[in-house]
Amino acid sequence: MPVLEVEDLRTVFLTDAGAVRAVDGVSFTVGAGETLGIVGESGSGKSVTALSLMRLLEEPARIIGGTVRFQGRDVLAMSGEELRNWRGDRAAMVFQDPMTGLNPVIRILRQVTEHMVSHGRQTPASAKLRAVDLLRRMGVAAPERAAASFPHQFSGGMRQRVMLAIGVANDPVLLIADEPTTALDVTIQAQILDLMRGLNREFGTAIVLISHDLGVIGTVCRRVAVMYAGEIVEEAETAAVLTDPRHPYAWALVNAVPRLDSPAGARLVSIEGGPPNALDPPPGCRFAARCPFKIARCETDHPPLIEVAPGRRARCWVTQDGRPLPPPPIAAQAALREPAPEERPLLEAENLVKHFPLGRLGFFGPVPVVHAVNGVDLRLRRGEALGIVGESGCGKSTLARLVTRLHAPTSGTLRFDGQNITNFSAAEMRPLRPRMGMVFQDPYASLNPRMTVGEALAEPLLAHGRVATKAEARGRVLDLMATVGLKPEWAERFPHEFSGGQRQRVSIARSLALEPDLLVADEPVSALDVNVQAQVLNLMLDLRARLGLSYLFIAHDLAVVRAFCDRVAVMYLGRIVEEGPALELFAEPLHPYTVALTSAVPEPGRERVVLRGEPPSTLSLPNGCAFRARCPVARPVCAEARPPLAEVAPGRRVACHFPGSFQA
Amino acid sequence: MSAAIAMPVARPRWRRLLRRYGPAWAGGVIVLAWLLIAVFAPLIVPYPPDAQDIVNRLAPPSAEHWLGTDVLGRDVFSRLLFGSRLSLLAGFSVVLLGAAIGVTVGIVAAWSRGFVDEALMRFTDLVLCFPPIILALAIAAALGIGSTNTILAMLVVWWPKFARLARALALVQRSQEYVEAATVLGMRPVRILGRHILPNTLGPLAVLVTLDLGIAILTFAGLSFLGLGVVPPTPEWGSMVAEGRELVEQWWVAAFPGFAILTVVVGFNFLGDGLRDWLDPKTRSR
Amino acid sequence: MPRYIATRLLSAIAMALLASLVVFLISALVPGDPVLAQMGDIAASNPATVLEWRAKWGLDLPLWERYGIFLRGLVHGDLGISIATRRPVLDDIVQYAPATVELATIAFLMAIGIGIPLGIAAAVWRDSWVDSAARAISLLGVSAPTFWLAFIMLAIFYGWLGWAPGPGRIDPIAFPPDGATGLFLLDTAMAGDWEAWWDAAAHLVLPATVLAAATIGLITRTTRAAMLDSLGQDYVRVARAKGLRARVVVLRHALPNALVPVVTLGGLAYANLLAGAVMTETVFSWPGLGRYTFRSAAALDFPAIMGITLVVSATYLMVNLLVDLSYAALDPRVRR
Repeated sequence: MPVLEVEDLRTVFLTDAGAVRAVDGVSFTVGAGETLGIVGESGSGKSVTALSLMRLLEEPARIIGGTVRFQGRDVLAMSGEELRNWRGDRAAMVFQDPMTGLNPVIRILRQVTEHMVSHGRQTPASAKLRAVDLLRRMGVAAPERAAASFPHQFSGGMRQRVMLAIGVANDPVLLIADEPTTALDVTIQAQILDLMRGLNREFGTAIVLISHDLGVIGTVCRRVAVMYAGEIVEEAETAAVLTDPRHPYAWALVNAVPRLDSPAGARLVSIEGGPPNALDPPPGCRFAARCPFKIARCETDHPPLIEVAPGRRARCWVTQDGRPLPPPPIAAQAALREPAPEERPLLEAENLVKHFPLGRLGFFGPVPVVHAVNGVDLRLRRGEALGIVGESGCGKSTLARLVTRLHAPTSGTLRFDGQNITNFSAAEMRPLRPRMGMVFQDPYASLNPRMTVGEALAEPLLAHGRVATKAEARGRVLDLMATVGLKPEWAERFPHEFSGGQRQRVSIARSLALEPDLLVADEPVSALDVNVQAQVLNLMLDLRARLGLSYLFIAHDLAVVRAFCDRVAVMYLGRIVEEGPALELFAEPLHPYTVALTSAVPEPGRERVVLRGEPPSTLSLPNGCAFRARCPVARPVCAEARPPLAEVAPGRRVACHFPGSFQA
Repeated sequence: MSAAIAMPVARPRWRRLLRRYGPAWAGGVIVLAWLLIAVFAPLIVPYPPDAQDIVNRLAPPSAEHWLGTDVLGRDVFSRLLFGSRLSLLAGFSVVLLGAAIGVTVGIVAAWSRGFVDEALMRFTDLVLCFPPIILALAIAAALGIGSTNTILAMLVVWWPKFARLARALALVQRSQEYVEAATVLGMRPVRILGRHILPNTLGPLAVLVTLDLGIAILTFAGLSFLGLGVVPPTPEWGSMVAEGRELVEQWWVAAFPGFAILTVVVGFNFLGDGLRDWLDPKTRSR
Repeated sequence: MPRYIATRLLSAIAMALLASLVVFLISALVPGDPVLAQMGDIAASNPATVLEWRAKWGLDLPLWERYGIFLRGLVHGDLGISIATRRPVLDDIVQYAPATVELATIAFLMAIGIGIPLGIAAAVWRDSWVDSAARAISLLGVSAPTFWLAFIMLAIFYGWLGWAPGPGRIDPIAFPPDGATGLFLLDTAMAGDWEAWWDAAAHLVLPATVLAAATIGLITRTTRAAMLDSLGQDYVRVARAKGLRARVVVLRHALPNALVPVVTLGGLAYANLLAGAVMTETVFSWPGLGRYTFRSAAALDFPAIMGITLVVSATYLMVNLLVDLSYAALDPRVRR
């Protein structure tokens, strides 16, 4: 008997405007010990599906149709008592954000044991033993001590391990995980995904994994269901979807994501537009308006989920006869200006340091200091794109704010176009500001909610006297909007009326308003859906070719950086540990950290090095090499001397005593 | 296929709208009505507020005297309408001046950081460590009886909460990414303050000001009740209640002025809550 | 943790010192000479006598020296002599404080006992009739002027229905109970005089309800908002996904997190009840600090007002300190 059978599930949100169909007729089956992934962009209904399965939705959401059978029992017909007995016992759920999922005022031990006891699986005493055992198995260091602690003392990765321990405490038959690694760094993500594979392999726990990232699903799940606008549009083996998607939306999803092994200069596939109105979906295929392959029938007839090949189904009229979709075209990339080597660098940093003193803990004791950036050297030539990669807390965002002089460096030297701007005051910086633009990570926070897009774009022009009148500014604003692909009539709109991707375009347009030489982009695409990410990345590539911009591009996603940048610098604990040409560096990483980082990228077929532990605290820097505690090839010398960033091959610099000695 | 499934509908639209906006509208109407009464009081009262009619003293509500007469035979209804002038005036002056002082202190503190910030905030904390009504009482007593002195005394205890809020808001604002974005674009501090920070702090401040107007009116009436707010025979709600507080049999002397205070405070509460909901992006779809 | 307590204690002492300075400055700099007020007109008309008086009270010394003397007096419990009662202010305060403490404590217990459950219920059954009722109660509580509410309650329950006893702490023909604490409920209970206990309790009902009204409103509102916030958190969803009972989810997972703001407010509310009893005590002829304050204010009795301000502010600071320390008990993130 299958563990989970979902038949024609329908969930709506009741709003003022009407019933929004969040999940609209979803059916799938998960057998005992099977793994199923559900993938889709935000708003596709994947998380609502997960919550519907557990009946964890609250008003105004309501399940209005379909059946959910768990080992033959009708979940939707269970009474409150039956539901409680089932939830957390036979079926468990793990949520996205480990930072908020644990109760801050309850000790970890009780959070792991309380449902073992309440479901009658363990006595309080035996639950305690089991909790410590579970924490150990989930890779929590010093589990006895951890059990007695409160959640705030742990990092996100550790908390997600605790969440997993809570999830599997009663040996559930089914584990539903909703974006369990989205809030985590890539090396920690690899550890958690490893754990989930282990659960499935060793205990036969069936897993439903919800994610926006097909790569993540590919490392855990054998099968995947692709959701779009509340429906499943394709269901097949994950490997098959990754190599040969049969629904155009799945095709777009697969080809929108840059991969570490994709050919150099390949353009990302981006489909314009957004999902249809969920209040009143169109009569035909819901993807038709955005589909590059659509035929006449798609506009009028709603396609059913058709078997297109043995074991795979797709909701598409084009592929119903079993033919595959063509691979995306590789567009010829516009030739970029090759920077002349003797030219003066546009941006130059020497031994740049930034420390943040924290508030005192009391009248006594020292002031704690966050060592955010600890001596960074970098040179950015004109027309070049330099990528900075690293995990959260490595100092890359602080570096972005240092080179734009939003922060004042603690020490070191910073030159912009030959001028030493290290100690420039705000007033001295102001004449230079037009030459450096900045794009921020969060498209929601970086636009003033009370200014229209037109006002936001006109403001820098007027303030710097680039235009004399508002009427004159309006012409420039419309040009800018056209440059980034926004419609002119949107100038009167406020930021909240736009989607995330459109806002990021506004943000880019604003940073271009003063025609800068340098654009500093701090995680410009990490808050966006993969398709929107592809749109924004393509736009930024075009602008680079058209305007000759130099980029300092900060990101945590290695493949994105590889697709976008000429050179890459890898940061760890406030220092650059490796630097070199993008393609070479990712093809043949020399620093053990870079090796681990590239191998942790969730792409199928990648040999995985699971890195132990987590980055050390920035409050006190370790002696010697900062990476040695996690390094698989560390030797005594690494604890004594800090390796300098030295050139080991033409254009390749590495801060390691034994470069290249560790390979995946 | 999906047509076969009946789409459920939410509650009737008018009930939801009433629930969501009803109190705010009611609050607006109450406050507006009292403002109009205060402005036009001399034109609408049936009797001059201090005209005594000793023969008719303590008369119960009747057709001639809608709300009865007080110990000196004065018309309670007329005095009640006139009383709104001082109450609203005191409420608005205390809150608006207090907000002006407090916001200035708070923004200066947030902007300067370091020693100035520390000194200003310690001073604010110092004032906050006194129980407000007692401190106001002490200062009002020191300055002497009278509405101006009472308002001054209230101002002394009123500004600190605005200073705290304004500083907190300004600190949140200055770390907002759109403020950073404006800095990167080379905007001058004055422009950043005026165009980016102030407009985004006005909302929460407006909510606090509105809710506070009710509290200020209550406090002023309380101080008057204790004999500090006004010099007799000026009509004022708190002192009217005080005049009638022994007259349990002649309940109308004290009951109606107190009820008037209640309506004004409820009005400002409704209005403030409505304003907060309206400004909250979570409850406001568009 | 000890470091945290030490820090908070030091800053509380610093604030108390500053507060005393403020009180001193107000009393030293206000128009109106306290000496003249105490001397009588005839003595005051003779400049030599005035100078002598001033020298005797140290008023001819520089301000900072006078502050030193004032502080020394404070340490010895000398808050000056009340002009109205001609007794040491501290003696007056000691005499009147128990009545207020009793009233405020009962009112506080009522506010907590009604406000927190009401707030929880309103949040759990959001938009139901319970919620509407809770919101109406809290709105009326915070909007009704205390002195007016006191009058109305007295007029209805004493004057009209006759259900409640009249003003005062105890039946006017009865003798106040002897006892060490001055808290009638405690004293009568310890003496085993249950008739007197009932009398004292009956006299407490109306004033305590009136005094509690605004605080019930505030606590209900705050509890409701904090519970709504807490119920919307991820950890509550996790708790539900564990299959825990609704009671456990609400009381064990959501409530402890919602209590932090409620405790802040509760602490402040208790201090405010002590200070805010002025109006209630006036209407109910309650022989407590509030009435003493009212009489002192009406008589412009400066030493008394300053003494009260100082004592109440010190209490305020103490309560705030306790509130801050209780955070550490409620929220492990504060302990460091």
